[in-house]
Amino acid sequence: MGDSLLAITVIWGFIFIYAVMGTMDFGAGFWSMVYINRTKTNATDVANRYLSPTWEVTNVFIVAIVVALFSFFPRATFTLGTVLLVPGSIILLLLSIRSGFLVFSHYASSFKYRRALVYISGISGVLIPAFLIAVLPVSQGGFIDIIDGTQRLNLARVFSSPHVYSFIGFAITSSLFLSSLLLADYSKSSDEMEAYAVYRRDALITGPLSLLMAIFIMITMQSEASWLYDKMMQFKPLLYGSVGLFVVAGIALLLPSQKGKGMPRLAVVSIVLQYFLASYVYGRSHLPYVVYPNVTIENGFTHPDAFHSLFIVYIVGFAILFPGFFYFWRLFMKDNKEYSKKKPY
Amino acid sequence: MDHLVTARSMFGLNMGVHIIFATLGVGIPLMILLAEILYYKTKDKDYELMAQRWTKGAAVLLGVAIPTGTIAGVQLALLWPGFMEIVGKVMALPFQIEIYAFFIEALFLSIYVYAADRISRKMRIISLVLVAIGALASAVLITNVHAFEGTPAGFRILNGEIVSVDPWAAFFNPSFFVTSGHVAVSAYTTGGFVIASVAAFKMLRARKHNPREYKFHHKALMMGLVIGGIFSFVTALNGHESMQKVYEYQPEKLAAAEGLFETQDHAPLALGGFTDEKEQRVKYGIEFPWMLSFLSGNSFNTVITGLNDFPRDYWPPLFVHTLFNGMVIIGSILILVALVGIVWYKFLKKKSFPKIFMWVFVATGPLAIMAIEFGWIFACTGRQPWVIYRIMRTSEAVTTSANLHILFFLFLLVYIVLVAAVALVLVFYFRRNPLSKELPAQAD
Ligand code: HDD
Ligand code: HEM
Ligand code: HEM
Repeated sequence: MGDSLLAITVIWGFIFIYAVMGTMDFGAGFWSMVYINRTKTNATDVANRYLSPTWEVTNVFIVAIVVALFSFFPRATFTLGTVLLVPGSIILLLLSIRSGFLVFSHYASSFKYRRALVYISGISGVLIPAFLIAVLPVSQGGFIDIIDGTQRLNLARVFSSPHVYSFIGFAITSSLFLSSLLLADYSKSSDEMEAYAVYRRDALITGPLSLLMAIFIMITMQSEASWLYDKMMQFKPLLYGSVGLFVVAGIALLLPSQKGKGMPRLAVVSIVLQYFLASYVYGRSHLPYVVYPNVTIENGFTHPDAFHSLFIVYIVGFAILFPGFFYFWRLFMKDNKEYSKKKPY
Repeated sequence: MDHLVTARSMFGLNMGVHIIFATLGVGIPLMILLAEILYYKTKDKDYELMAQRWTKGAAVLLGVAIPTGTIAGVQLALLWPGFMEIVGKVMALPFQIEIYAFFIEALFLSIYVYAADRISRKMRIISLVLVAIGALASAVLITNVHAFEGTPAGFRILNGEIVSVDPWAAFFNPSFFVTSGHVAVSAYTTGGFVIASVAAFKMLRARKHNPREYKFHHKALMMGLVIGGIFSFVTALNGHESMQKVYEYQPEKLAAAEGLFETQDHAPLALGGFTDEKEQRVKYGIEFPWMLSFLSGNSFNTVITGLNDFPRDYWPPLFVHTLFNGMVIIGSILILVALVGIVWYKFLKKKSFPKIFMWVFVATGPLAIMAIEFGWIFACTGRQPWVIYRIMRTSEAVTTSANLHILFFLFLLVYIVLVAAVALVLVFYFRRNPLSKELPAQAD
């Protein structure tokens, strides 16, 4: 593998992890808002229990993506930084409101306007994936004008493009789908069967919607980014495989099991694999372009010497961190049963 | 406002907000760790309760530290794409390593906060040590980028191209250790005094009617004063070294900091007052003859280059003199206050402090935070017109996208909301969970 390919793979990996963790995070915030009145089912509790310890870790990934991008592809960052000023700032504003109010609502649990805090963070939370994903169609070309020698994003064109809206629809439905699926699994493994029933139902509703949105994306892509569409079609077997995994997940949720209906763990695993395959195909077809048609992984690449030091630091860093992640996962994901009823410190 | 000024204000605004919470995010974990260790050593449950309550406070503060930090990181690329292109090629290592520091901090802080009752006491202390290390490392590493802006190293520009890149040479640029050290110790100073400040305020309230609470806060006050005192002394020593680095590497910054126009040896140190460009001197200040030469180069013969020997467009804004003074004066006050407080209590064995003293303690926390703000604005604005000293001008780095004004006001609005909300939540939380409710359970 060439250096630049290795670099874009690392970035793709971060984006994939953030896409999964982030959608779960934002979705969980949304569900905890939706079910705020249904105290009996514990659905809000379960969502918060997942969210409280993880949101900070999830947030680091977004920083990791930005850092990896400008350190591996400084030229691409120049273009993206210039054109994404407005959407990027909107994301940042939403993110700061969301994170701030998420924390505030936890610490103001007996506050009479607490509900308002939960609503603010829940709603700004689902808007974030919607804006984040808009970066994808922008990078597929067609939205950047060159005026007086500088690159400008044509916002009017962005917000009138059906392609952008398919992506936005996909981002929102996927957030809700992935998070309800994860929370279903999470509540089942901590014996919260009422919450489980709620989230299982939500996953069964939002799942097909997100698949529908994915199909919309392919339809609009055909006309708005045909170069990408054509290349993705060369990976048809993988795309079918991805849809197949979706079906497996659906069946897993419907199958009977000893305790409650469905096998959410199997569904979570197959859905993560599904997203993995689909994003692999998307990413693979997007190459060599970072921003179509001007910035490629070759012409945007950093200095090779700098890349080598960076890459070594990545390997060493994650090797050192791995036990930390493992310990964290064991405490909050695996052994969540004993944890479930306890109040935080 | 013109485009460049708007961009600078926008970034400065964000950093000015972030730094308050970031500094506390470095300083308070150390205090929590010390409280846990004291509890471990003395078995005095008050210290355990302190650690718990401070952790709550720190967790709320993180609700602003993390989003504003994320904004800082992304905004660097959005507002200064030209700068980040060079940083990406040359100075990416600290950002990269910082990611790991963030991970360590985030993982173990969550473990400490949300799994405290499930892990052993030893694991709690280990988690806290890792949180403190993560916070310190993130401060040191990001400060290194700031150090690099002032003393760039590890690359050359040849015909507009960046060549001979040596990322580790850039990492260990000449002012790395001194500058990062200054930021680290000043953060601990601030952590100590902020704790002392809150404790003193609570003591004033509990003074008459509640001896038990009074005692609790008294312990916290002494802890804050000792830590704040030690670190403010180290901050001053290290600040002196920072000044020598500025003398060596950014002489026009030093000249502006002191309002010195004529090149001279035996140069005086000007304290207070305002720099007057027309009269070419510092007005209404106090002069300490020869001291600037001595402090900058350890000898009265050291020649300090005055502003007039630099092209006019290399001059930083002259108000940085006031900022620099503000920091140094506050630093001196903090050392003095801690010293008097400790001597009064430990050596003169007085049981309580006079009321006026208590109010001085209350002031130390806000003063320390002001020193942080002054210091940073001095360091960043004093570097103008350069974003990378003598290599890239700020005007070359700024984004070419328009419409910054609206964004500036949106960010301003959101920061006002966040800062107001964080203050309200803190007040609300501690009012709902007063010490009195938690103390009896602890009384053994
Ligand atoms: C509690 C906070 C605090 C206190 C008491 C002091 N400082 Fe400071 N100082 C900072 C907090 C700070 C800072 C906010 O952390 C800065 C901003 C940039 C930096 O590197 O550290 C800084 C920068 C800074 C610089 C500029 C470095 C540069 O531009 O690269 C100098 C020369 C000094 N300091 C010197 C001093 C001296 C002589 C002090 C004597 C008491 C002092 N500082 C106290
Ligand atoms: C260590 C981290 C920091 C880095 C890497 C950094 C970097 C920068 C950069 C790239 C700019 C824009 C270009 C320029 O004006 O030179 C800037 C400006 C500025 N920064 Fe910093 N900064 C840091 C911390 C801070 C903090 C904590 C403050 C707190 C107040 C601050 C205050 C400012 C201000 C006020 C400006 C505008 C300066 C002016 O135009 O007069 N910075 N900084
Ligand atoms: C331009 C300058 C800066 C940038 C780009 C920056 C970036 C960031 C980012 C991205 C975060 C969020 C991390 C997360 O997601 O957990 C953060 C948090 C933080 N920053 Fe800054 N920062 C800057 C300046 C500083 C300075 C000067 C200090 C030193 C006092 C500092 C100390 C911290 C701390 C302690 C946190 C909390 C970290 C956590 O709990 O995860 N930062 N910063």
